[in-house]
Amino acid sequence: MKSTTTPGLNRTGLAASPQDAGKMLEVTELTRPSSPGLAEDALVTRQLYAKEAPAPHGTMPPPASLKEAASVTFKALAGQKATVLIDKLGERLAFERAGTRLYEGLLAKFDVFGTWDGGPTRAQLERIHRDEHDHFLLVKGFIERLGSDPTTVTPSANVHAVASMGIVKVISDPRMNLQESIEAIAVAELADNDCWSNLVQLLRGTGHEELADQAEEALESERDHLRLVRDWIAAALASTGALGPMRPALRRTLRQGKRAGPNQSMRKQLQGAKAKAKAKAAKPTGKQLQAKQKGTARKTVISRAKSASAGGKKKVARRASASAKQVRRR
Amino acid sequence: MSVDLWRDKGTQLDRQRFTWKELTPAPYSKLNADAFTRVRVILMNGIEADALRLKHAMAKVHRDLQPLLAQLRRVEQHQQTLINWLHPPDQNPLETTLGFEQVAIEVTASVAQREPDQYLAQVYRFGLLEDFDHLYRFGALYDRMEGKDPNTITQSYTDILPGRPTSIEHRHPTDDLRLSYDRFAAHPLTKLHALAITAAEFQTHDYYMTIGPMFSDPGARQLYAEIASIEEQHVTQYESLSDAEETWLEKWVLHEAMEVWCYQGCVAYETDPRIKAIWERFLDYELGQLALARKTFEDVEKRDVQTLLPERLPEVIDYREHREFVRATLNREVDLRAHGTQFVDKAELPASSPTHAYREHLNSEGSPSETVAAGWRWTPGTELTALGATPKGNGQVKKGLKQ
Repeated sequence: MKSTTTPGLNRTGLAASPQDAGKMLEVTELTRPSSPGLAEDALVTRQLYAKEAPAPHGTMPPPASLKEAASVTFKALAGQKATVLIDKLGERLAFERAGTRLYEGLLAKFDVFGTWDGGPTRAQLERIHRDEHDHFLLVKGFIERLGSDPTTVTPSANVHAVASMGIVKVISDPRMNLQESIEAIAVAELADNDCWSNLVQLLRGTGHEELADQAEEALESERDHLRLVRDWIAAALASTGALGPMRPALRRTLRQGKRAGPNQSMRKQLQGAKAKAKAKAAKPTGKQLQAKQKGTARKTVISRAKSASAGGKKKVARRASASAKQVRRR
Repeated sequence: MSVDLWRDKGTQLDRQRFTWKELTPAPYSKLNADAFTRVRVILMNGIEADALRLKHAMAKVHRDLQPLLAQLRRVEQHQQTLINWLHPPDQNPLETTLGFEQVAIEVTASVAQREPDQYLAQVYRFGLLEDFDHLYRFGALYDRMEGKDPNTITQSYTDILPGRPTSIEHRHPTDDLRLSYDRFAAHPLTKLHALAITAAEFQTHDYYMTIGPMFSDPGARQLYAEIASIEEQHVTQYESLSDAEETWLEKWVLHEAMEVWCYQGCVAYETDPRIKAIWERFLDYELGQLALARKTFEDVEKRDVQTLLPERLPEVIDYREHREFVRATLNREVDLRAHGTQFVDKAELPASSPTHAYREHLNSEGSPSETVAAGWRWTPGTELTALGATPKGNGQVKKGLKQ
């Protein structure tokens, strides 16, 4: 496929119409506006409507159930605090759910357009796709745990959905290649990083330490996504020669990426975060410890089964699934 | 290809078929396609929409024709789909709007220059100056809301200048009606012109009514409401040019001939070979549809179609810039106003004209088209390039808030 940066017939610029451009340049002088004023006049209308707006674009729903109304969160965080938390959780849930679809779109493009030196591998895209889905389920679990309704489109979710419309358009446009779509996903990952960071603060601020620890793990993996996406973009630019000689740091990153794969570095970070979270937690009793260990083992094995079957490794999946059953029996 | 309106059979109706893949072709490139390709896509989408509109209205009063009309409409709906789906997804509704106004300017300018009837030519020039102003207002919106240059869409073919100010285009409905041509005396081209321009304006109205509420900026929502209202005025104006005494079947035959004429123009001027092939295919389809209309007309009305249509197609729409014609018309006729079915200088519009009260009331809480373009001049690369490094103060904003 022809590259978009290959010179072609772009007709948008004035210079593309040498015969008519001179006539167009007369227009500025010929114009006698029918009323005086400045660009700010248009903003006046917007401001007046903002002042007169009868209602915001949406509000939070009433507590979804008796359970939510009676929940510790609602009691402890009477008033706005609880709804702010649920609003923001709803925002991340929707963003991660949409993000899962965006990475599905990227995978489809990967298969058509292929990658570039230092660009994403299919395994990397698949992993981020899984992460996004896991994060969606994680936040869904948070909301349910707080007794709220995860199917609600909260106002903040709506704002982010509107803001992300262009990202969806780029990734779903078959004429825009993988490299161009990665530029779009970079916008999503930048926002995602900031929003997870805010969510961690919010969870800590409302006393949900355990949820905050889990959110922090998600934030770590989102940081890794952003690092990868930045590297892919830098590598794409570097591969054109437009950046001049490749920066040593980037060359190093790309070499590492080829040798070990960013999977490993991400896992290390996750393990570190988990260890930190565990250290923070209060010392459990013997029984609790045993139960917790069983739970963790089960979770790990199930997740291995899931990822193995997603990768098409049936034997490994069967093995992992059998050992998951064993753990359940235990 | 020389078209014979009396004898050509075109593609048989039962062979005018599509698959979903065909109906959703790869779009043209917003950046690379010639602006006149977009103009043709917008116009022909409107022509097919009007074909459906006419046949639905006919079906309401012709039970016997319903089966045939249903079959024709299905094909026309699919033709419209294929054409409309040529618009690219990265072209936003405001950008497509700029294309709609370019259609209204360049196509109407071609029609106005070739129209044999002097009164109708005057009507087209009158409407042209109003659509010309719409391009300027939407251009200002595009610059001031999105920070983009409208000339990237119109590609220097069309001036972006004020015309007859939109704020004074609002007229009492009876001042939008015009005298019609005489169905027995009018030149065939006169009939085709009236049908084509009415169809184009109808689609413009429907498009603005659909996309207007999709804007979040209240100024944009107001502007679309205001200009959609004028597009309805334009439909009223152009629709009244056709002789209301024409029979339904007569109107149908003329409409099919008009579609043939439009596709022939597209074939003659299209520079994109892939899209030209679509126009050629649809020209054959239209000839097939015209053959059916001719036969039905002759069977039902027992009249010879030669009394309605010329054997050969008249001159097609001239798809090129008409800058000098438009500038000359602007200089000469911008101050004309409609008084009933006639045009007079603004100084001669009587104080008793119902348009005064109608317009004053509509504009009494502010004029969206004046607000959006207050002090605006098209400048290459947007007006921000002419403002220098320091933005102007926000005195107007504060003033507005105090109101």
